[in-house]
Amino acid sequence: MILMLNSFDPFKYFSKIKTLKKYVFIIFIIILIIGLLEALIFSPEDYLQSHSVRIMYVHVPSAWIALGIFSLIAILSIGSFIFKNKHFNLISKSFAPSGFIFSIIALVTGSIWGKPTWGTWWAWDARITSMLLLSIFYMMYILSWRIFSDLNKANNYSSIIAIVGVINVPIIKFSVDWWSTLHQPSSVNILSKTTIHSSMLIPLFVMTAAFALFSILIFLMKYSTELIKIKNKGLDRL
Amino acid sequence: MINELILMNGYGPFVWSAFIFTGISFVSLYLIIKLQLEKETNKFTKKFNKLSPEKIKEAKKQTSFKELLQSSV
Repeated sequence: MILMLNSFDPFKYFSKIKTLKKYVFIIFIIILIIGLLEALIFSPEDYLQSHSVRIMYVHVPSAWIALGIFSLIAILSIGSFIFKNKHFNLISKSFAPSGFIFSIIALVTGSIWGKPTWGTWWAWDARITSMLLLSIFYMMYILSWRIFSDLNKANNYSSIIAIVGVINVPIIKFSVDWWSTLHQPSSVNILSKTTIHSSMLIPLFVMTAAFALFSILIFLMKYSTELIKIKNKGLDRL
Repeated sequence: MINELILMNGYGPFVWSAFIFTGISFVSLYLIIKLQLEKETNKFTKKFNKLSPEKIKEAKKQTSFKELLQSSV
């Protein structure tokens, strides 16, 4: 397994990545259109929050994906230390931009949702503050790649940031249970009963699928860029 | 119908601004990453075309270069 990981040559699959990008883009557009129609037109309004509940269809998937990508980056960073495989860092680095943007979208759309629901744009409560911290960790992770010109240093520092930052992920998840927050508790649960009706749950999952596809598309583009950067350096050495 | 969709019982400005912000973020990120990819691809093509015939032969022997050349040139 370790041997397989270490002998994996991403350059062999370069043209396949290009084809995959096209398919992902087409599927993303189709699912996004379905998701937007469901979210803005076909899904019902909430009995309490009225139409403002529609913000959930961009806010919640963004937060889920931002958390998911950061967890993945942390796992890959741990993997890079254990298996001494720099390819893990390359994958992590390529996932970071979409994760960062999703964390910003979650914060901004949450703030917009907060105004009609809570009467304020911002509150320093546990969920919102820990989510802001996640964006800061993302920023630090991306900056570490720009600050350190030495690749080994960049690999190590970015991995440390990701591993330290992942401690914040369960804090974000359980902040609404551990502390009294302005933010509502989770409505969608894996282990316990989901308290959201299927007429809202389906559009939510469709939008999550669209956002996940977008992050995969950005990952493939960024990953290709990183591979070409390496080959550019290789050409200099020829 | 259209008025209802735009105004959404007074919640329209909040809902639409959230969706528009998301859309702008998506388009911006896509364009930035696409520009970076094009920039690196062009750099690679330029560098490759400047190589001497012997070095081009040597580079073409490598599978990874072949893959890149098929996709970028």
